[in-house]
Amino acid sequence: MLKFTEDHEWLSIKGGIATVGITRYASELLGDLVFVDLPAVGTVLEKGETAATVESVKAASDVYCPLAGEIIAVNEFLHSDPAMINRSPEGEGWFFRLRLANVDDATALMDEAAYLALVG
Amino acid sequence: MTLPFQLRQTPLTAFNVSRGGRMVPFAGYEMPVQFADGVLKEHLHCRVAAGLFDVSHMGQVILRPRTGRSEDAALALERLVPVDVLGLKPGRQRYGLFTADDGGILDDLMIANRGDHLFLVVNAACKAQDVAHLRAHLGKDCEIEELTDRALIALQGPDAEAALAALAPEVAEMHFMEVADINLLGTPCIVARAGYTGEDGYEISVPADRAAALAEALLSDSRVRPVGLGARDSLRLESGLCLYGHDIDATTTPAQGALEWAIQKVRRRGGARAGGFPGAEIILEELATGASRRRVGLRIEGRAPIREGTELFAAEVGGEPVGQVTSGGFGPSVNAPVALAHVPTELSSTDTPLFAEVRGKRLRVFVSPLPFIKQRYKRY
Repeated sequence: MLKFTEDHEWLSIKGGIATVGITRYASELLGDLVFVDLPAVGTVLEKGETAATVESVKAASDVYCPLAGEIIAVNEFLHSDPAMINRSPEGEGWFFRLRLANVDDATALMDEAAYLALVG
Repeated sequence: MTLPFQLRQTPLTAFNVSRGGRMVPFAGYEMPVQFADGVLKEHLHCRVAAGLFDVSHMGQVILRPRTGRSEDAALALERLVPVDVLGLKPGRQRYGLFTADDGGILDDLMIANRGDHLFLVVNAACKAQDVAHLRAHLGKDCEIEELTDRALIALQGPDAEAALAALAPEVAEMHFMEVADINLLGTPCIVARAGYTGEDGYEISVPADRAAALAEALLSDSRVRPVGLGARDSLRLESGLCLYGHDIDATTTPAQGALEWAIQKVRRRGGARAGGFPGAEIILEELATGASRRRVGLRIEGRAPIREGTELFAAEVGGEPVGQVTSGGFGPSVNAPVALAHVPTELSSTDTPLFAEVRGKRLRVFVSPLPFIKQRYKRY
């Protein structure tokens, strides 16, 4: 199941685990990324809490936790190669895996068609 | 009647949009923060080839002496800046500061001796205030004219000389901080060999109605790419240059801003024209005895950029903040985060360790010499 948020995160959900990243649209707006701050594995986050921070040459931007849950893995490769997010935002540039507190929460999020309509 | 706030346009706004500029509000103008290449690539391109910047939002001001004697304009301006203006030869420019009675900096500017008049370039956000300041204090001695019908184009980078020389070969003979009348595409322009990137290059004052044609002609050279304000900021930061309103402002004195070099001997104590500018007593005292705090560069141990406003601490744990970052970001050419900060003078020597608090973590930083890159001006 692929879902999207209004804050330009995507979630690929399988068996109660969501892999989370930022959308291509967001990565293009942010520009070339030079640094990413990822959460510690084991961190428990509420929906909307800051989960990660990405930095371009010019500015820092927060990435929010799209749903409540526990961080069970992070994409360590992004530390040495944050530009991976620009090259493959919806693939190898994923940020973290989240064990969802309640899988049913995901149904309220947008599907791909709704997200693409939002960003025009 | 109150009209809705509208952003002002430069003579190159339409051109910037046509070239794919991402337009943002800046100092009341609609300016390109970046083009399709993005900040990182624009920055790197400027360091290896050449970048073209629209800086028409900056103020261009002429000071014409009412007596007709150019030295009268120089002496008049010396009443507002702690700079040797009288000693500036025709066809040369130098960096200057407008100071306030309390020693603070009201703006920084370029001052050019154009023979029978002075030509100033001031910051966009300060220009109305600067022109009013000039009129109030120098109006009796000088005719003060803001040139609102001209654009300002910066061409910066190691290929800037070749690109501009293709239109006017004589620019290759100019040296750093030289200013000359140059005909470009049949239009008289004022060209200075200077800039705000740490690279060799030019700033070109061109009549508004010829600006787009000139920009087109320069960009038809494959070595030249358009560069936005984002990379302009990272380029100047790497080369250790101040941004007014951030690294220096009305609460910063020249010594606190590490700008002693901008005050020539002749205006210091014991000089032939010592003092005689606003705040002279405080400013010259600090030049002799040192200021309590100082602008420094910071080199950062990790990869996390440290942004403006970040607090600095002397220790990894506890204590009160001792200083603050005034400009910070990622330096694409040094391939590391870089920052400018204000710190107490006793913590301002090179390699002093400090800690910057970013998202609740204290990151280790070190006071660094400036600039972070080697400046490549064509001095000789």
